[in-house]
Amino acid sequence: MFVALVRAGFRRHSTYRRAALASAATNSMFGFLRTYILLAAVTGAGGTAAGYDPASIAMYAWAGQGLLGVVELFSWTEVADRIRTGEIVSDLQRPVDPLLAYLAVDLGRAGYALLVRLTVPIAIGALFFPLRWPTSGWTFPLLAVSVLLATTASFGTRYLFNLLTFWWLDPRGPNTLWLFGGTLFSGLALPIGFFPGWAQTALWCTPFPWMLQAPLDVLLERGDPLRLIAGGAAATTAVLALGYVVERVALRRLVVQGG
Amino acid sequence: MADAYRQLFAAQLRGQLQYRVSFGVDLLLNAAITVIDVLMVLTVFRVTPSLAGFDLRDTLVITGTATLSFQIADVAVGNLEKLPFYLRTGLLDAVLLRPLSAFGQLVVLDFQARRAGRMVQASVVYGLSLGLAGISWTPGRVLLAVTAPIGGAICYGAIFTTGAAAMFWLIDGSEVANMFTYGGRDFASYPMPIYGPLFGRAFGFVLGLAAVGYFPALALLGRTDPLGTPGWLHWCAPLVGVLWAGVAAVAWRFGVRHYQSTGS
Repeated sequence: MFVALVRAGFRRHSTYRRAALASAATNSMFGFLRTYILLAAVTGAGGTAAGYDPASIAMYAWAGQGLLGVVELFSWTEVADRIRTGEIVSDLQRPVDPLLAYLAVDLGRAGYALLVRLTVPIAIGALFFPLRWPTSGWTFPLLAVSVLLATTASFGTRYLFNLLTFWWLDPRGPNTLWLFGGTLFSGLALPIGFFPGWAQTALWCTPFPWMLQAPLDVLLERGDPLRLIAGGAAATTAVLALGYVVERVALRRLVVQGG
Repeated sequence: MADAYRQLFAAQLRGQLQYRVSFGVDLLLNAAITVIDVLMVLTVFRVTPSLAGFDLRDTLVITGTATLSFQIADVAVGNLEKLPFYLRTGLLDAVLLRPLSAFGQLVVLDFQARRAGRMVQASVVYGLSLGLAGISWTPGRVLLAVTAPIGGAICYGAIFTTGAAAMFWLIDGSEVANMFTYGGRDFASYPMPIYGPLFGRAFGFVLGLAAVGYFPALALLGRTDPLGTPGWLHWCAPLVGVLWAGVAAVAWRFGVRHYQSTGS
């Protein structure tokens, strides 16, 4: 059942080939922008900033642009919209828990995104800039696990934000919060290492850096990869569990809207 | 005619103020979004003392102008982004049937009052950046400081409009338009010399985004351009808005004339 839903998610997104290409092109343009800003910062700092040299900061920018479409840092209001219109009722009548069903479809989506949205920006980045590639063969399997965890953590957090619609009834507020988390706190705009120490500590306690900074750290071989994966697993479990609890509370306490 | 727009606008505003708490929260969060751009610049300067020879105070003048320009344009015409939705659902037909200009209606119909918070925040950021930069003020510089965000807003507004006009052909192209609107905002927030020659020229000189933040900042700070552009050009930066407005008007007319309903 879970596998069938994953496959459905993959197929659903693979029908929008042109849209995926347009996204990859847009991500690549932002790749140039971020690379130039980060390179100027590293050069201005005398060749290394927060442990990044020019090749690793360029890889950081381009892999980040590729991964953001895989782990999905853009706003996602599918469940919120279904809560608002009352359609969520039909999800509840299916034999699979909605949390698991949406997770499966999202993993399918991510699988398709790996093919286009990850590869195009990294290929373009490699054409125009020297990038730092992993030196150990172990990095690739570890990276795969880390990306899977990051996607699940991102899904869990997005799902939680969507569930807030049960109370808020208007998805815009949570959406704006997500905008902050997704761009500033995940390491998309700037590496978390650029922030002051206290802010870094605070951010790693939220799910956001586990969605992007952690897999990028694994890719650039910064820090102990096993610790990064263990942390990612803990963060993922925490948001999924919280999502499950909130879903139960919402369903017990609240009357579904509409028709 | 103007009265019809005023009434449409007032109705929109009344509707949005109905849900007061939601509106207030939105207003606050929207204002906070503007802070992201500035936080980014501050964080970059935590790790480096300069970007291509521009220090934090210089860069903030560039960022401040670009942010304010963008937010004015976004509040005014940012809604044109929704054109694909109007096209898909056939709502544009209703808009075109009315004896008012399609452009004016689209701007007024979906006016987002909650976005206005971003403009206030951006003005404060711009004012602070000018105050901190230690500019030696002359009447010319005061005039430039006032006209630069207006010229920049017209540039961004024109990019929004041209992007929307392109939607008449590219139904799924909204993300491509983002490249130029949101990408253009980020581009103009940093000093031009940090960009590679090809990329920098395409956005800075072909799209004219150098005129949004970079050129006015050079004139205000009294600096020469490391890229070698002449000094008088920096003073004329707001005029690029006029050029852009002409391009956008032609593109929009062309797009509306090309439109042949969805049939739904």
